[in-house]
Amino acid sequence: MSKRKSKETSSVNGECISQVQRILRERFCHQCPNGKLFGVQLQYKHLLELLKRTTIHGESNSALIIGPRGSGKTMLLNHVLKELMEVKQVRENLLQVHLNGLLQTNDKIALKEITRQLQMENVVGDKVFGSFAENLAFLLEALKKGDRDSSCPVLFILDEFDLFVHHKNQTLLYNLFDISQSAQTPVTVIGLTCRQDILELLEKRVKSRFSHRQIYLLNSFDFKQYLKIFKEQLSLPTEFLYKPFTQKWNKNVQSLSEDRTVQDVLRNHFHCSKDLRSLHMLLMLALSSITVSHPFMTGSDLLEASKLYRMDSKANIVHEFQKFIQRKAHSMYNFEKPVVMKAFEHLLQLELIKPIEGLSVRAQREYLLMKLLLDNNQIMDALQVYPNCPTDVKQWATSSLSWL
Amino acid sequence: MPNFEHPEYPEATLLHLESMVPCRESQVSSLLSVFGERQHFSFPSIFIYGHTSSGKTYVMQTLLETLELPHVFVNCVECFTSRLLLEEILTQLQNLSSENKHGSHVPCDTFNDFVRLFKQEIITQELQNQTVYIVLDKAEQLREMEANVLPGFLRLQEMTDRNVTVVFLSEIVWELFRPNTGCLEPFTLYFPDYSIVCRDLKELRHLAALNFTKYCEPVVRGEANERDTRRLWKNIESHLKKAMQTVYLREISSSQWERIQQDDGEPGHLKGLSAHAHVELPYYSKFLLIAAYLASYNPARTDKRFFLKHHGKIKKTNFLKKHEKTSNHLLGPKPFPLDRLLAILYSIVDNKVAPTANIFSQITSLVTLQLLTLVGHDDKLDGPKYKCTVSLDFIRAIARTVNFDIIKYLYDFL
Repeated sequence: MSKRKSKETSSVNGECISQVQRILRERFCHQCPNGKLFGVQLQYKHLLELLKRTTIHGESNSALIIGPRGSGKTMLLNHVLKELMEVKQVRENLLQVHLNGLLQTNDKIALKEITRQLQMENVVGDKVFGSFAENLAFLLEALKKGDRDSSCPVLFILDEFDLFVHHKNQTLLYNLFDISQSAQTPVTVIGLTCRQDILELLEKRVKSRFSHRQIYLLNSFDFKQYLKIFKEQLSLPTEFLYKPFTQKWNKNVQSLSEDRTVQDVLRNHFHCSKDLRSLHMLLMLALSSITVSHPFMTGSDLLEASKLYRMDSKANIVHEFQKFIQRKAHSMYNFEKPVVMKAFEHLLQLELIKPIEGLSVRAQREYLLMKLLLDNNQIMDALQVYPNCPTDVKQWATSSLSWL
Repeated sequence: MPNFEHPEYPEATLLHLESMVPCRESQVSSLLSVFGERQHFSFPSIFIYGHTSSGKTYVMQTLLETLELPHVFVNCVECFTSRLLLEEILTQLQNLSSENKHGSHVPCDTFNDFVRLFKQEIITQELQNQTVYIVLDKAEQLREMEANVLPGFLRLQEMTDRNVTVVFLSEIVWELFRPNTGCLEPFTLYFPDYSIVCRDLKELRHLAALNFTKYCEPVVRGEANERDTRRLWKNIESHLKKAMQTVYLREISSSQWERIQQDDGEPGHLKGLSAHAHVELPYYSKFLLIAAYLASYNPARTDKRFFLKHHGKIKKTNFLKKHEKTSNHLLGPKPFPLDRLLAILYSIVDNKVAPTANIFSQITSLVTLQLLTLVGHDDKLDGPKYKCTVSLDFIRAIARTVNFDIIKYLYDFL
């Protein structure tokens, strides 16, 4: 009887843990649109206002959202769009075109993608257009529905905006900003980029058509807010099925955020990189240690995750350096020159050394001047960790590197 | 009781997995915990790095096949252009659950098309509820393709809005991969070396297979028993040394090596490929080569001291000795004009040498043999410059055959 009961509770726990993992993993890895936003209220309002004006009042506009990697640009935009879609008028009328600089690498592909996303392939058919501008004008003209005078508002979202500026003549950008200034159709162009100097990359004629409206996301929260974000990100939503578990879990999270070790771990992390994406990665690593037998997160989980997250990669790889050092050591390993060359080439392959650029390419292999891509501390660390290192190699390295 | 614990997979599978990946338990358990359950999301990208033969490819393949996770495995050296790579991924994806293992070839030009076709394929294969893994081996080749391929794969989960994780396997550290304007950082995992004698499993296996029979010989001959490692080692040591010079450097093939083993007990002189580089040169060519070597490795200002009958003494003063940073032999050969070569030649050959066409044609043959190289444009007829590209050992051997003491004439050995 009791066995069955314990089996039930354990199976409940198994299912429960699985659901917890599912929700939190989606939150950390996949940026689900139900997540919360932190510290960007002003920007949120600004963007929402802008888009409302386009979609409801029919004004054309353009804006750039600028922020370092992982600061939440795409998330912000998605949140605003979600709120906007709750208005019936918008839901029925707004057309969205999502372009990405990594995918549409030239203007031709971009135009095809625009046609496809506006679902106008059969309208365009086999028509051949003289220029980009003509094609785009045709598309927008065709958006006018039968009896309406005005056409639907179109929202162009350009992710990785800084990649579009490298296209030939910046044609796509020129035309998009042009129609956002002049055309009858209400068009808004929103660009997302990580480069703060993006305006200098725009051509003069493109820049003059841009409204110069910039929204900055600068991760401007301090450590106290960071702790709060940590707590909120790790907590389970109150609608979660297994209520008693949720309460225990959230209480655990609360105590974690007050624990000294956890705060130290988070502070180290905060000083390295403030952005939320790296916080998510840390939490994801800690989350992967949660199982049925270990249902609540502890400080040591976070400590382990932190160690896993920031391993110094080069110190691991430098072990190969040993073979190269042995050439000079007067030890019983008398290696012939070709053997040393093979080891040297292995180092080259691992990219620990690199030939200096710009020198004559026709120099012989043995005489190419190389540059070492490590510094002395990394070499010393590697020597400490390397098992079975011959003592004379260690001594030689210590004597020649220590005075530096 | 397996070391791996996972709610989803039965114990038998996990035990089997454990037996197939010795010494890699901690890496595999990290990967297992990161993967999570089948339908859960995982990191959008994972970067695994470690030395040659540290087991990355093997462990990844074993893990994915044993747990029967839907995956695509591509080698970036085989598919060295982006088009080949993308088409290979799509083709393998098609074959994942179809009975007909030879699916039709899917043409895919750009990354844009790839994302679209990938999304469609996931729906056709009904894989929306499971994580699909794309494993890219030898990922360092991705840096040679178009600039959008690597960042695109790092963000594939976001761009396709599907449950997919891309795993990169490479020998090179992540810092050398990172694009200039940043990207979505992957989760990095390191595979440390196996802690046995030779760090290169492939080489070890190769050499061990070849030499094991020799190693066992004394035991077979009844001289020592199995535990007598010291004696076995003594026997094998000289043998391994020879092996290092030949098979390790791939100078003779393994079949040749095995044949030599079988033939005799005393290996004798093993002629590797590099031994065949020795050439027989005519008399004047040898002197030309010696003159070229001297011209390349001696600075021009010291010619007076070596080659004139009545020269002033050039002593290396203390000042020079202190400030001589590197010997010319470390820096490599320097180019010299034809006139200097001929001047040195006249002074080192005993009898008179006439500058006939014969001499000049011998210079050209030396260039063809790649013992000299022409520096600069070959259309400069009146002042060609050459460089001597032979090593010190080679030139000493040549000088010995004409009884010429070259060391006396080299500035570095003053």
